Amino acid sequence: MNKEQTIDELKNIVKPYIVNQEAFDALTVETDFINDLKINSANLVDVILDIEEKYNIVIDNESMERMINVKSAMEIIETKLSERE
Amino acid sequence: MIKRVVITGLGVVAPNGVGLDAFTHAIKNGISGIKKDPELARLQFSCQIAGKPEISTELSLQYFSELELRNFNSTGILYGVIAGIDAWKDAGLSLEINEEPDWDSGTIFGTGTSGIDKFRESIYKIDDFQTRRLGSTAVAQTMNSGVSAYLGGKLGLGNQVTTNSSACTTGTESILMAYERIQSGQAKRILAGSTSDSGPYIWGGFDAMRVCTFKHNDSPEQGSRPMSASASGFVPGSGAGALVLEDLETALARGAKIYAEVLGGNVNSGGQRGLGTMTAPNPVAVQKCIKSAIAKAGIHPNEIDAINGHLTATSKDSLEIQNWSEALERKGTDFPYINSLKSMVGHCLSGAGSIESVASVLQLHHGFVFPNINCEDLHPEITALIDESRIPRKLIEKELNIIAKASFGFGDINGCVIFKKFKCHPLTLSKGKGAKSENQ
Repeated sequence: MNKEQTIDELKNIVKPYIVNQEAFDALTVETDFINDLKINSANLVDVILDIEEKYNIVIDNESMERMINVKSAMEIIETKLSERE
Repeated sequence: MIKRVVITGLGVVAPNGVGLDAFTHAIKNGISGIKKDPELARLQFSCQIAGKPEISTELSLQYFSELELRNFNSTGILYGVIAGIDAWKDAGLSLEINEEPDWDSGTIFGTGTSGIDKFRESIYKIDDFQTRRLGSTAVAQTMNSGVSAYLGGKLGLGNQVTTNSSACTTGTESILMAYERIQSGQAKRILAGSTSDSGPYIWGGFDAMRVCTFKHNDSPEQGSRPMSASASGFVPGSGAGALVLEDLETALARGAKIYAEVLGGNVNSGGQRGLGTMTAPNPVAVQKCIKSAIAKAGIHPNEIDAINGHLTATSKDSLEIQNWSEALERKGTDFPYINSLKSMVGHCLSGAGSIESVASVLQLHHGFVFPNINCEDLHPEITALIDESRIPRKLIEKELNIIAKASFGFGDINGCVIFKKFKCHPLTLSKGKGAKSENQ
Protein backbone atom coordinates (compact mmCIF):
# COMPACT_ATOMS: atom_id res chain seq x y z
CA MET A 1 0.00 0.00 0.00
CA ASN A 2 1.47 3.31 -1.11
CA LYS A 3 1.42 5.75 1.81
CA GLU A 4 1.29 8.96 -0.24
CA GLN A 5 -1.48 7.55 -2.38
CA THR A 6 -3.51 6.52 0.67
CA ILE A 7 -3.16 9.97 2.19
CA ASP A 8 -4.43 11.49 -1.04
CA GLU A 9 -7.35 9.07 -1.12
CA LEU A 10 -8.21 9.80 2.51
CA LYS A 11 -8.03 13.51 1.80
CA ASN A 12 -10.62 13.10 -0.94
CA ILE A 13 -12.85 11.09 1.38
CA VAL A 14 -12.83 13.58 4.27
CA LYS A 15 -12.99 16.68 2.06
CA PRO A 16 -16.79 17.12 2.11
CA TYR A 17 -16.90 16.91 5.92
CA ILE A 18 -14.07 19.23 7.00
CA VAL A 19 -14.68 22.62 8.58
CA ASN A 20 -11.08 23.84 9.00
CA GLN A 21 -9.71 24.37 5.50
CA GLU A 22 -6.22 25.38 6.70
CA ALA A 23 -5.72 22.17 8.64
CA PHE A 24 -7.02 20.27 5.63
CA ASP A 25 -4.53 21.93 3.28
CA ALA A 26 -1.69 21.11 5.70
CA LEU A 27 -2.92 17.55 6.34
CA THR A 28 -0.30 15.07 7.65
CA VAL A 29 -0.50 11.62 9.23
CA GLU A 30 -0.82 13.33 12.62
CA THR A 31 -3.90 15.33 11.63
CA ASP A 32 -6.84 14.63 13.98
CA PHE A 33 -10.27 14.38 12.35
CA ILE A 34 -12.23 16.17 15.06
CA ASN A 35 -9.69 18.45 16.77
CA ASP A 36 -7.85 19.63 13.65
CA LEU A 37 -10.24 19.23 10.74
CA LYS A 38 -13.23 20.08 12.99
CA ILE A 39 -15.34 17.34 11.43
CA ASN A 40 -18.68 17.11 13.23
CA SER A 41 -18.46 14.00 15.42
CA ALA A 42 -21.77 12.72 13.98
CA ASN A 43 -20.22 12.83 10.51
CA LEU A 44 -17.38 10.47 11.53
CA VAL A 45 -19.66 7.52 10.84
CA ASP A 46 -20.16 8.86 7.32
CA VAL A 47 -16.39 9.15 6.83
CA ILE A 48 -16.03 5.54 7.94
CA LEU A 49 -18.81 4.36 5.59
CA ASP A 50 -17.08 6.19 2.73
CA ILE A 51 -13.76 4.51 3.61
CA GLU A 52 -15.45 1.10 3.68
CA GLU A 53 -16.94 1.73 0.29
CA LYS A 54 -13.69 2.98 -1.24
CA TYR A 55 -11.56 0.03 -0.05
CA ASN A 56 -14.27 -2.59 0.02
CA ILE A 57 -13.57 -3.42 3.67
CA VAL A 58 -15.66 -3.62 6.83
CA ILE A 59 -14.51 -1.60 9.81
CA ASP A 60 -15.67 -3.11 13.10
CA ASN A 61 -16.89 -1.02 16.05
CA GLU A 62 -13.59 -1.35 17.98
CA SER A 63 -11.54 -0.14 15.02
CA MET A 64 -14.03 2.64 14.46
CA GLU A 65 -13.46 3.95 17.99
CA ARG A 66 -9.71 4.09 17.38
CA MET A 67 -10.04 5.92 14.07
CA ILE A 68 -9.45 9.44 15.30
CA ASN A 69 -6.68 10.66 13.01
CA VAL A 70 -5.13 10.06 9.60
CA LYS A 71 -2.50 7.73 11.03
CA SER A 72 -4.94 5.39 12.76
CA ALA A 73 -7.18 5.41 9.71
CA MET A 74 -4.26 4.34 7.52
CA GLU A 75 -3.29 1.56 9.94
CA ILE A 76 -6.80 0.25 10.11
CA ILE A 77 -7.24 0.32 6.35
CA GLU A 78 -3.94 -1.55 5.95
CA THR A 79 -4.90 -4.17 8.53
CA LYS A 80 -8.34 -4.72 7.02
CA LEU A 81 -6.90 -4.96 3.52
CA SER A 82 -4.35 -7.54 4.63
CA GLU A 83 -7.03 -9.56 6.46
CA ARG A 84 -8.96 -9.67 3.24
CA GLU A 85 -6.08 -11.15 1.28
CA MET B 1 -49.57 42.96 28.39
CA ILE B 2 -51.12 41.49 25.27
CA LYS B 3 -49.00 42.04 22.22
CA ARG B 4 -50.32 42.62 18.73
CA VAL B 5 -48.95 40.25 16.11
CA VAL B 6 -48.18 41.04 12.49
CA ILE B 7 -46.83 39.17 9.49
CA THR B 8 -43.55 40.55 8.18
CA GLY B 9 -42.28 37.83 5.87
CA LEU B 10 -43.64 35.18 3.52
CA GLY B 11 -42.14 32.18 1.77
CA VAL B 12 -43.76 29.50 -0.34
CA VAL B 13 -42.90 26.31 -2.18
CA ALA B 14 -46.05 25.32 -4.03
CA PRO B 15 -46.82 22.99 -6.94
CA ASN B 16 -47.73 26.01 -9.10
CA GLY B 17 -44.94 28.30 -8.03
CA VAL B 18 -41.75 28.27 -5.97
CA GLY B 19 -41.02 31.68 -4.47
CA LEU B 20 -43.40 34.59 -3.86
CA ASP B 21 -43.25 36.11 -7.36
CA ALA B 22 -43.91 32.87 -9.23
CA PHE B 23 -46.64 31.88 -6.77
CA THR B 24 -48.38 35.29 -6.85
CA HIS B 25 -48.36 35.22 -10.65
CA ALA B 26 -49.75 31.67 -10.66
CA ILE B 27 -52.61 32.26 -8.25
CA LYS B 28 -53.67 35.52 -9.90
CA ASN B 29 -53.82 33.81 -13.27
CA GLY B 30 -55.39 30.55 -12.19
CA ILE B 31 -52.37 28.48 -13.20
CA SER B 32 -52.61 24.84 -12.20
CA GLY B 33 -49.64 22.98 -10.74
CA ILE B 34 -51.26 19.56 -11.17
CA LYS B 35 -49.45 17.15 -13.45
CA LYS B 36 -49.48 13.54 -14.47
CA ASP B 37 -47.16 11.67 -12.07
CA PRO B 38 -45.31 8.83 -13.84
CA GLU B 39 -44.35 7.20 -10.55
CA LEU B 40 -47.99 7.01 -9.40
CA ALA B 41 -48.88 5.56 -12.81
CA ARG B 42 -46.11 2.96 -12.60
CA LEU B 43 -47.34 1.94 -9.15
CA GLN B 44 -50.90 1.61 -10.51
CA PHE B 45 -52.47 4.21 -8.24
CA SER B 46 -56.12 4.99 -8.93
CA CYS B 47 -55.19 8.68 -8.92
CA GLN B 48 -52.15 9.22 -11.12
CA ILE B 49 -52.01 13.03 -10.95
CA ALA B 50 -50.47 15.18 -8.24
CA GLY B 51 -49.19 18.59 -7.27
CA LYS B 52 -45.48 18.58 -6.63
CA PRO B 53 -43.19 21.64 -6.40
CA GLU B 54 -40.30 21.62 -8.86
CA ILE B 55 -36.96 22.14 -7.13
CA SER B 56 -33.71 22.03 -9.10
CA THR B 57 -30.40 20.95 -7.58
CA GLU B 58 -29.09 24.48 -8.20
CA LEU B 59 -31.93 25.90 -6.11
CA SER B 60 -31.39 23.33 -3.33
CA LEU B 61 -27.73 24.34 -3.16
CA GLN B 62 -28.75 27.89 -2.28
CA TYR B 63 -30.27 26.56 0.95
CA PHE B 64 -28.25 23.43 1.77
CA SER B 65 -24.54 22.63 1.62
CA GLU B 66 -23.32 19.85 -0.65
CA LEU B 67 -22.62 17.85 2.47
CA GLU B 68 -26.18 18.28 3.73
CA LEU B 69 -27.49 17.10 0.39
CA ARG B 70 -25.41 13.90 0.48
CA ASN B 71 -27.81 11.02 1.15
CA PHE B 72 -30.56 13.60 1.65
CA ASN B 73 -33.98 12.19 0.83
CA SER B 74 -36.62 14.25 2.58
CA THR B 75 -38.80 16.36 0.32
CA GLY B 76 -40.72 17.80 3.26
CA ILE B 77 -37.58 19.21 4.87
CA LEU B 78 -36.39 20.48 1.47
CA TYR B 79 -39.63 22.40 0.85
CA GLY B 80 -39.88 23.62 4.45
CA VAL B 81 -36.35 24.94 4.61
CA ILE B 82 -36.67 26.78 1.29
CA ALA B 83 -39.99 28.37 2.28
CA GLY B 84 -38.73 29.17 5.79
CA ILE B 85 -35.45 30.78 4.73
CA ASP B 86 -37.28 32.74 2.01
CA ALA B 87 -39.77 34.09 4.56
CA TRP B 88 -36.92 35.05 6.88
CA LYS B 89 -35.12 36.94 4.10
CA ASP B 90 -38.38 38.48 2.92
CA ALA B 91 -38.84 39.85 6.45
CA GLY B 92 -35.51 41.61 6.04
CA LEU B 93 -33.93 39.48 8.76
CA SER B 94 -30.27 38.54 8.78
CA LEU B 95 -28.78 35.17 7.89
CA GLU B 96 -25.49 36.22 9.40
CA ILE B 97 -23.95 33.58 11.65
CA ASN B 98 -23.42 34.81 15.21
CA GLU B 99 -22.00 32.95 18.17
CA GLU B 100 -25.03 33.83 20.28
CA PRO B 101 -28.40 32.27 19.37
CA ASP B 102 -31.26 34.67 18.66
CA TRP B 103 -33.11 34.18 21.96
CA ASP B 104 -36.16 36.16 20.85
CA SER B 105 -36.84 34.18 17.67
CA GLY B 106 -38.12 30.64 17.26
CA THR B 107 -39.98 28.44 14.85
CA ILE B 108 -43.18 26.41 14.96
CA PHE B 109 -43.01 24.50 11.72
CA GLY B 110 -45.44 21.65 11.34
CA THR B 111 -45.58 18.49 9.31
CA GLY B 112 -47.48 15.22 9.13
CA THR B 113 -44.52 12.95 8.43
CA SER B 114 -40.86 13.63 7.86
CA GLY B 115 -38.56 12.19 5.24
CA ILE B 116 -40.87 9.35 4.34
CA ASP B 117 -38.56 8.35 1.46
CA LYS B 118 -35.55 8.35 3.80
CA PHE B 119 -37.59 6.28 6.23
CA ARG B 120 -38.35 3.73 3.51
CA GLU B 121 -34.68 3.63 2.50
CA SER B 122 -33.69 3.06 6.14
CA ILE B 123 -36.23 0.31 6.67
CA TYR B 124 -34.91 -1.58 3.65
CA LYS B 125 -31.36 -1.30 4.98
CA ILE B 126 -32.34 -2.41 8.48
CA ASP B 127 -34.19 -5.45 7.17
CA ASP B 128 -31.13 -6.26 5.07
CA PHE B 129 -28.93 -6.27 8.24
CA GLN B 130 -27.34 -2.98 7.15
CA THR B 131 -28.29 -0.81 10.14
CA ARG B 132 -24.68 0.33 10.53
CA ARG B 133 -24.85 1.78 7.02
CA LEU B 134 -27.76 4.18 7.67
CA GLY B 135 -25.39 7.15 7.90
CA SER B 136 -25.50 10.03 10.35
CA THR B 137 -28.61 11.87 9.15
CA ALA B 138 -31.30 9.18 9.12
CA VAL B 139 -32.63 10.45 12.45
CA ALA B 140 -32.53 14.16 11.60
CA GLN B 141 -34.32 13.52 8.32
CA THR B 142 -37.01 11.22 9.68
CA MET B 143 -37.80 12.73 13.07
CA ASN B 144 -41.03 14.68 12.78
CA SER B 145 -39.31 17.81 14.07
CA GLY B 146 -36.60 17.50 11.39
CA VAL B 147 -37.88 20.53 9.49
CA SER B 148 -37.85 22.83 12.53
CA ALA B 149 -34.46 21.44 13.60
CA TYR B 150 -32.91 22.19 10.21
CA LEU B 151 -34.43 25.70 10.21
CA GLY B 152 -33.42 26.35 13.81
CA GLY B 153 -29.80 25.58 12.98
CA LYS B 154 -29.70 27.56 9.77
CA LEU B 155 -31.17 30.64 11.45
CA GLY B 156 -29.57 30.25 14.89
CA LEU B 157 -32.97 30.38 16.61
CA GLY B 158 -32.81 30.47 20.40
CA ASN B 159 -36.49 30.59 21.31
CA GLN B 160 -38.93 27.66 20.95
CA VAL B 161 -38.05 25.36 18.06
CA THR B 162 -40.78 22.79 17.53
CA THR B 163 -42.98 20.95 15.07
CA ASN B 164 -46.73 20.67 15.46
CA SER B 165 -48.80 18.00 13.79
CA SER B 166 -52.55 18.00 13.30
CA ALA B 167 -53.19 16.48 9.88
CA CYS B 168 -54.52 18.96 7.32
CA THR B 169 -55.00 21.64 10.00
CA THR B 170 -51.26 21.66 10.78
CA GLY B 171 -50.35 24.85 8.89
CA THR B 172 -53.21 26.91 10.28
CA GLU B 173 -52.48 25.61 13.75
CA SER B 174 -48.79 26.56 13.55
CA ILE B 175 -49.77 30.17 12.79
CA LEU B 176 -52.09 30.25 15.79
CA MET B 177 -49.49 28.68 18.08
CA ALA B 178 -46.94 31.26 16.93
CA TYR B 179 -49.51 34.02 17.42
CA GLU B 180 -50.17 32.93 20.99
CA ARG B 181 -46.50 32.73 21.87
CA ILE B 182 -45.84 36.24 20.62
CA GLN B 183 -49.08 37.65 21.99
CA SER B 184 -48.16 36.42 25.47
CA GLY B 185 -44.72 38.03 25.20
CA GLN B 186 -42.75 34.76 25.23
CA ALA B 187 -41.16 35.43 21.84
CA LYS B 188 -40.72 38.45 19.61
CA ARG B 189 -40.70 36.52 16.39
CA ILE B 190 -41.76 33.04 15.29
CA LEU B 191 -41.24 31.51 11.89
CA ALA B 192 -44.58 29.74 11.49
CA GLY B 193 -45.30 27.32 8.71
CA SER B 194 -45.78 23.76 7.64
CA THR B 195 -44.64 21.30 5.04
CA SER B 196 -45.59 18.00 3.50
CA ASP B 197 -43.52 15.26 1.91
CA SER B 198 -44.44 14.26 -1.61
CA GLY B 199 -44.59 10.94 -3.38
CA PRO B 200 -46.37 7.60 -3.37
CA TYR B 201 -45.55 6.68 0.23
CA ILE B 202 -47.35 9.73 1.59
CA TRP B 203 -50.24 9.66 -0.87
CA GLY B 204 -50.84 5.88 -1.04
CA GLY B 205 -53.06 5.73 2.03
CA PHE B 206 -55.41 8.34 0.59
CA ASP B 207 -55.49 6.53 -2.73
CA ALA B 208 -56.46 3.35 -0.89
CA MET B 209 -59.33 5.20 0.84
CA ARG B 210 -60.60 6.19 -2.64
CA VAL B 211 -60.78 9.83 -1.58
CA CYS B 212 -58.62 10.99 -4.50
CA THR B 213 -60.03 11.51 -7.98
CA PHE B 214 -59.41 8.77 -10.53
CA LYS B 215 -61.30 10.52 -13.32
CA HIS B 216 -58.67 12.95 -14.50
CA ASN B 217 -55.55 10.90 -15.15
CA ASP B 218 -55.51 12.25 -18.68
CA SER B 219 -56.62 15.79 -17.80
CA PRO B 220 -54.53 16.65 -14.72
CA GLU B 221 -55.15 20.40 -14.76
CA GLN B 222 -58.91 19.82 -14.61
CA GLY B 223 -58.58 17.23 -11.83
CA SER B 224 -58.91 19.39 -8.74
CA ARG B 225 -62.48 20.71 -8.75
CA PRO B 226 -63.52 22.24 -5.40
CA MET B 227 -67.17 23.37 -5.29
CA SER B 228 -67.87 21.80 -8.68
CA ALA B 229 -70.85 19.54 -9.34
CA SER B 230 -68.38 17.19 -11.03
CA ALA B 231 -65.86 17.19 -8.16
CA SER B 232 -64.72 13.60 -7.73
CA GLY B 233 -62.19 13.62 -4.93
CA PHE B 234 -59.07 15.54 -4.06
CA VAL B 235 -55.77 15.63 -5.93
CA PRO B 236 -52.79 14.88 -3.68
CA GLY B 237 -50.29 17.70 -3.36
CA SER B 238 -47.25 18.74 -1.37
CA GLY B 239 -45.13 21.76 -0.57
CA ALA B 240 -44.57 24.27 2.19
CA GLY B 241 -45.60 27.73 3.27
CA ALA B 242 -43.93 29.97 5.83
CA LEU B 243 -44.86 33.21 7.57
CA VAL B 244 -42.74 35.33 9.88
CA LEU B 245 -45.01 36.39 12.73
CA GLU B 246 -43.68 39.26 14.77
CA ASP B 247 -44.57 41.42 17.70
CA LEU B 248 -45.97 44.67 16.22
CA GLU B 249 -43.73 46.97 18.22
CA THR B 250 -40.61 45.03 17.26
CA ALA B 251 -41.65 45.09 13.61
CA LEU B 252 -42.35 48.84 13.68
CA ALA B 253 -39.11 49.54 15.52
CA ARG B 254 -37.03 47.88 12.84
CA GLY B 255 -39.08 49.43 10.05
CA ALA B 256 -40.21 46.06 8.70
CA LYS B 257 -42.68 45.73 5.83
CA ILE B 258 -45.98 44.58 7.35
CA TYR B 259 -48.14 42.33 5.19
CA ALA B 260 -51.06 41.89 7.57
CA GLU B 261 -52.08 41.56 11.16
CA VAL B 262 -53.11 38.27 12.74
CA LEU B 263 -56.21 39.28 14.69
CA GLY B 264 -56.61 35.86 16.29
CA GLY B 265 -58.27 32.58 15.69
CA ASN B 266 -59.21 29.28 17.19
CA VAL B 267 -58.56 25.56 17.04
CA ASN B 268 -60.92 22.89 18.32
CA SER B 269 -62.16 19.36 17.72
CA GLY B 270 -65.52 17.78 17.18
CA GLY B 271 -64.44 14.90 19.40
CA GLN B 272 -65.57 12.42 16.71
CA ARG B 273 -69.01 12.72 18.24
CA GLY B 274 -72.31 13.55 16.57
CA LEU B 275 -71.67 13.57 12.81
CA GLY B 276 -67.92 13.75 13.42
CA THR B 277 -65.69 10.73 12.80
CA MET B 278 -61.98 10.15 12.19
CA THR B 279 -62.50 11.42 8.65
CA ALA B 280 -65.71 13.48 8.71
CA PRO B 281 -66.15 16.82 10.47
CA ASN B 282 -68.66 17.42 13.22
CA PRO B 283 -70.46 20.51 11.84
CA VAL B 284 -71.25 21.76 15.34
CA ALA B 285 -67.53 21.94 16.06
CA VAL B 286 -66.69 23.53 12.70
CA GLN B 287 -69.20 26.31 13.28
CA LYS B 288 -68.08 26.77 16.86
CA CYS B 289 -64.48 27.04 15.70
CA ILE B 290 -65.32 29.73 13.15
CA LYS B 291 -67.51 31.67 15.61
CA SER B 292 -64.86 31.54 18.34
CA ALA B 293 -62.17 32.68 15.90
CA ILE B 294 -64.29 35.69 14.98
CA ALA B 295 -65.02 36.48 18.62
CA LYS B 296 -61.37 36.20 19.60
CA ALA B 297 -60.40 38.45 16.69
CA GLY B 298 -62.84 41.04 18.01
CA ILE B 299 -64.63 41.50 14.69
CA HIS B 300 -68.21 41.15 13.45
CA PRO B 301 -68.92 38.40 10.90
CA ASN B 302 -70.10 41.08 8.46
CA GLU B 303 -66.59 42.53 8.37
CA ILE B 304 -65.20 39.45 6.62
CA ASP B 305 -64.50 40.30 2.98
CA ALA B 306 -63.25 36.92 1.85
CA ILE B 307 -62.91 33.34 3.01
CA ASN B 308 -60.11 31.04 2.03
CA GLY B 309 -61.78 27.70 2.51
CA HIS B 310 -60.53 24.20 3.17
CA LEU B 311 -62.65 22.99 0.20
CA THR B 312 -60.83 19.88 -1.01
CA ALA B 313 -63.09 18.84 -3.93
CA THR B 314 -64.87 16.01 -2.17
CA SER B 315 -68.56 15.66 -1.34
CA LYS B 316 -67.90 17.64 1.86
CA ASP B 317 -67.50 20.98 0.05
CA SER B 318 -71.24 21.74 0.24
CA LEU B 319 -71.24 20.98 3.96
CA GLU B 320 -68.31 23.36 4.45
CA ILE B 321 -70.18 26.17 2.68
CA GLN B 322 -73.23 25.45 4.80
CA ASN B 323 -71.08 25.61 7.97
CA TRP B 324 -69.59 28.97 6.95
CA SER B 325 -73.00 30.31 6.02
CA GLU B 326 -74.57 29.29 9.31
CA ALA B 327 -71.60 30.37 11.45
CA LEU B 328 -71.45 33.82 9.83
CA GLU B 329 -75.23 34.09 9.41
CA ARG B 330 -74.60 35.29 5.87
CA LYS B 331 -75.94 33.81 2.65
CA GLY B 332 -76.81 34.57 -0.97
CA THR B 333 -75.22 37.77 -2.25
CA ASP B 334 -74.37 38.78 1.33
CA PHE B 335 -71.87 35.93 1.64
CA PRO B 336 -68.15 36.91 1.51
CA TYR B 337 -66.04 35.97 -1.49
CA ILE B 338 -64.79 32.41 -1.13
CA ASN B 339 -62.00 30.58 -2.87
CA SER B 340 -60.00 27.38 -2.66
CA LEU B 341 -56.34 27.28 -3.56
CA LYS B 342 -56.68 23.52 -3.91
CA SER B 343 -58.21 24.02 -7.36
CA MET B 344 -54.69 24.95 -8.52
CA VAL B 345 -52.32 23.01 -6.24
CA GLY B 346 -54.36 20.05 -5.01
CA HIS B 347 -54.50 19.16 -1.36
CA CYS B 348 -51.04 19.78 0.09
CA LEU B 349 -52.03 17.92 3.29
CA SER B 350 -49.94 19.08 6.25
CA GLY B 351 -48.54 21.86 4.04
CA ALA B 352 -52.00 23.07 2.98
CA GLY B 353 -52.87 25.43 5.83
CA SER B 354 -49.68 27.46 5.53
CA ILE B 355 -49.50 27.57 1.71
CA GLU B 356 -53.14 28.69 1.65
CA SER B 357 -52.48 31.24 4.41
CA VAL B 358 -49.63 32.69 2.34
CA ALA B 359 -52.09 33.00 -0.56
CA SER B 360 -54.63 34.67 1.75
CA VAL B 361 -52.11 37.19 3.06
CA LEU B 362 -50.95 37.98 -0.49
CA GLN B 363 -54.57 38.75 -1.39
CA LEU B 364 -54.82 41.24 1.48
CA HIS B 365 -51.46 42.80 0.74
CA HIS B 366 -51.87 43.23 -3.00
CA GLY B 367 -55.67 43.66 -3.05
CA PHE B 368 -57.06 40.80 -5.09
CA VAL B 369 -59.20 37.68 -4.88
CA PHE B 370 -57.63 34.83 -6.82
CA PRO B 371 -59.91 32.85 -9.13
CA ASN B 372 -61.28 29.38 -8.44
CA ILE B 373 -60.58 27.14 -11.40
CA ASN B 374 -62.50 24.04 -12.49
CA CYS B 375 -65.85 25.05 -11.01
CA GLU B 376 -67.69 26.37 -14.07
CA ASP B 377 -70.33 23.84 -13.02
CA LEU B 378 -70.92 24.93 -9.41
CA HIS B 379 -72.54 22.33 -7.20
CA PRO B 380 -76.28 23.07 -6.90
CA GLU B 381 -76.18 22.50 -3.14
CA ILE B 382 -73.66 25.35 -2.95
CA THR B 383 -75.55 27.78 -5.19
CA ALA B 384 -78.64 27.06 -3.11
CA LEU B 385 -76.79 28.65 -0.19
CA ILE B 386 -74.65 31.40 -1.67
CA ASP B 387 -74.77 33.48 -4.81
CA GLU B 388 -72.42 32.37 -7.56
CA SER B 389 -70.95 35.87 -7.77
CA ARG B 390 -69.34 35.08 -4.41
CA ILE B 391 -67.26 32.30 -5.97
CA PRO B 392 -64.96 34.17 -8.37
CA ARG B 393 -63.95 32.26 -11.47
CA LYS B 394 -61.90 35.23 -12.69
CA LEU B 395 -59.36 37.37 -10.87
CA ILE B 396 -60.95 40.24 -8.92
CA GLU B 397 -58.71 43.21 -8.19
CA LYS B 398 -60.14 44.71 -5.05
CA GLU B 399 -58.97 46.12 -1.74
CA LEU B 400 -59.79 43.64 1.02
CA ASN B 401 -59.71 44.27 4.73
CA ILE B 402 -60.34 40.95 6.49
CA ILE B 403 -59.89 37.35 5.34
CA ALA B 404 -60.89 34.26 7.31
CA LYS B 405 -58.86 31.14 6.64
CA ALA B 406 -59.90 27.73 7.90
CA SER B 407 -58.50 24.22 7.70
CA PHE B 408 -60.07 20.96 8.78
CA GLY B 409 -58.30 17.67 9.32
CA PHE B 410 -58.52 13.96 10.06
CA GLY B 411 -59.25 13.39 13.69
CA ASP B 412 -62.21 15.79 13.44
CA ILE B 413 -60.05 18.83 14.10
CA ASN B 414 -60.53 22.43 13.00
CA GLY B 415 -58.54 25.62 12.80
CA CYS B 416 -59.59 29.12 11.79
CA VAL B 417 -57.42 32.24 11.66
CA ILE B 418 -58.42 35.84 10.92
CA PHE B 419 -56.04 38.07 8.93
CA LYS B 420 -56.49 41.82 8.58
CA LYS B 421 -54.84 44.24 6.21
CA PHE B 422 -52.40 46.34 8.18
CA LYS B 423 -52.74 50.06 7.88
CA CYS B 424 -50.14 52.00 9.74
CA HIS B 425 -51.55 55.11 11.37
CA PRO B 426 -51.14 56.54 14.89
CA LEU B 427 -54.29 54.90 16.20
CA THR B 428 -53.17 51.36 15.34
CA LEU B 429 -51.29 51.01 18.59
CA SER B 430 -54.34 51.68 20.72
CA LYS B 431 -56.85 49.23 19.24
CA GLY B 432 -58.73 47.40 21.97
CA LYS B 433 -59.08 43.64 22.18
CA GLY B 434 -62.55 43.56 23.67
CA ALA B 435 -63.81 40.12 22.73
CA LYS B 436 -61.50 37.88 24.72
CA SER B 437 -64.11 36.48 27.08
CA GLU B 438 -66.43 35.32 24.33
CA ASN B 439 -64.18 32.38 23.52
CA GLN B 440 -65.75 28.90 23.77
